[in-house]
Amino acid sequence: MRYVARKLGFYLVAAWAALTLNFLLPQLIPGNPIEVLLAKMSQSGSVPPGEAQVLTKLLGLGTGNIFQKYWQYLDGLAHLQLGLSISDFPTPVSTEIGQSIYWTLALVGTATIISFALGIMLGTLAGWKRGSRLDAIIPSTTLLTAMPYFWLALLMLFFFASNVWHVFPQGQGYNTNSEITEGWNLPFILSAMQHALLPALTIVLSSVGGWLLGMRNMMVSTLSDDYVVAAEAKGLRQRRIMIGYAARNAVLPSVSGFAISLGFVVSGAIAMEYVFSYPGLGFKLVQAVSNNDYPLMQGIFLVITFAVLGANMVVDLLHGFIDPRTRLSR
Amino acid sequence: MTATNVVAAVAAESGGSVTGRLTGLRAAFRSPRLVAGACIVGFFLLLGILGPFFVADPNQLSHVQLAPPSLSHWLGTTQIGQDVFAQLVVSARASLLIGIGAGLLATFISVIIGISGGYAGGFIDEALSLLSNVVLVIPTLPLVIVILAYVKASGLIPLIVIIAFTSWAAAARVLRAQTLSVRNREYVLAARASGERSWRIVFVEILPNELPIIVSNFIFGMIFAILTQAVLAFIGLGDPTLLTWGNMLNIAYNDQALSVGAWWWFIPPGACIALFGMGLALINFSLDELLNPRLRVYRPAKADRSQPLVSQS
Repeated sequence: MRYVARKLGFYLVAAWAALTLNFLLPQLIPGNPIEVLLAKMSQSGSVPPGEAQVLTKLLGLGTGNIFQKYWQYLDGLAHLQLGLSISDFPTPVSTEIGQSIYWTLALVGTATIISFALGIMLGTLAGWKRGSRLDAIIPSTTLLTAMPYFWLALLMLFFFASNVWHVFPQGQGYNTNSEITEGWNLPFILSAMQHALLPALTIVLSSVGGWLLGMRNMMVSTLSDDYVVAAEAKGLRQRRIMIGYAARNAVLPSVSGFAISLGFVVSGAIAMEYVFSYPGLGFKLVQAVSNNDYPLMQGIFLVITFAVLGANMVVDLLHGFIDPRTRLSR
Repeated sequence: MTATNVVAAVAAESGGSVTGRLTGLRAAFRSPRLVAGACIVGFFLLLGILGPFFVADPNQLSHVQLAPPSLSHWLGTTQIGQDVFAQLVVSARASLLIGIGAGLLATFISVIIGISGGYAGGFIDEALSLLSNVVLVIPTLPLVIVILAYVKASGLIPLIVIIAFTSWAAAARVLRAQTLSVRNREYVLAARASGERSWRIVFVEILPNELPIIVSNFIFGMIFAILTQAVLAFIGLGDPTLLTWGNMLNIAYNDQALSVGAWWWFIPPGACIALFGMGLALINFSLDELLNPRLRVYRPAKADRSQPLVSQS
């Protein structure tokens, strides 16, 4: 119980840090951004009353000293006043995020789970058969890990979706030219899956190496432990020793390392989505940045950060559950 | 990558005696991985230092537009007739500078925070490790993107500082864990009992013993910085006047290099990043084996796990 409370406390602090960073950063903008933003908005439509106030609160540029500004900022966020998007005026930022978050969750979530499972399985085998042919390919995975995600995405696009071999659609979330409507209908889901294949492959290819290497190394370490030798001496079946004895313990650091890697995958996904024009959060973030769309930028930053924090929290609590030692030692 | 780093360090056993480490070093230098990694990294370092003196002006326009590789243009030309090879060579310098600079700064921060936290213990340790864990868990790239979008910084130094200040945490955590275990070894206790000052204990007794980890962290920091810079430049957040590999990719992508099939324009810069990163990763790979004796493949029969100890019928 104490473990759970401690973890929850930590994530509370992390969330507070993210909120505060998000408050402090806009203070760095030179000049008066509110006026610039309002001017831009009025170019593309009439600005609703109260928008100036929401923006001021959101960017932490209100009146009074820094604590009063901070309070106004938190107050605005607590009421979910995220302002209106400028690049897509006058859509509220919350709607923008709501539209794109499902795409990212479905794509990045699925690809990460596939990559994790694949990496753990291959890593177990490579560690088990150390020195074999499978183990010999391990160094080559470092090439995949060192490759920029977005460049791999460019290669994929070039080789499989355009000039060389046109088998996959070029970017976007689904076939927007046809008469497919978004929703739970078969044509849409098929089209979306077809469009997600290349981006997912990119994520899996470039993140599987890290899992594989970590698992392989832990596996090799675990295999020289006495209890594994004892299990072998008892004459247990090889499969049982590999999975039930060695892999079961070797996987623990990978689970706790999940936290850090998730941040990497999410980061990589941003540029990847940009290359594929995939309608997810990463693509929106890049668009927001190039349009100086501060409200949308802030909203997306908060959502991505909180999503990563949430996922980490779940994995951490799970880790405490599967490895009793973490609960005791804290 | 950092995950592997942490995992490896969590798994890392104690360093062993001095003689043990020396044989480890010799073994590492015999490893083909280390040699290959060092060759790749050395090649790119030379390219970055000397290369720009030998190639033509990378911004020189010409009428030979979008030409495929030929003898006069080894890697073809861009949309506006610039020589891709010259751009590639000149870009190497800035890319490497960012990698080395941000890597060094991040390592420096991680050493200060990791070792002082681990050595001091108590409240300081609690506070510093809370700080590193929070920085670690907040996804770096979105944060850097947002910072750059607000600051609108240009030039090398601000970029190096921003990347370094968001990427030191994993390394600090590894160092803290190692310091915690080194702190209570006999030789440190002996030094403390004989009344050595704490700064001396930290710099003379503890720091040298963590040097391999620090070097490994530096290498990871370098890979990370180069990749981050490449992504930032690619999505248009770089300094457009600064010629880097990421910047080349940005221009190539936006000028439709993909749809006109100008593979010589966008493949080489990414390949350079991947190759250089791989060289660094190979060095780290061998360093890992050096740090963690259990990962080394021993020649004696014990190492062969594929043969069961007790054969089954």
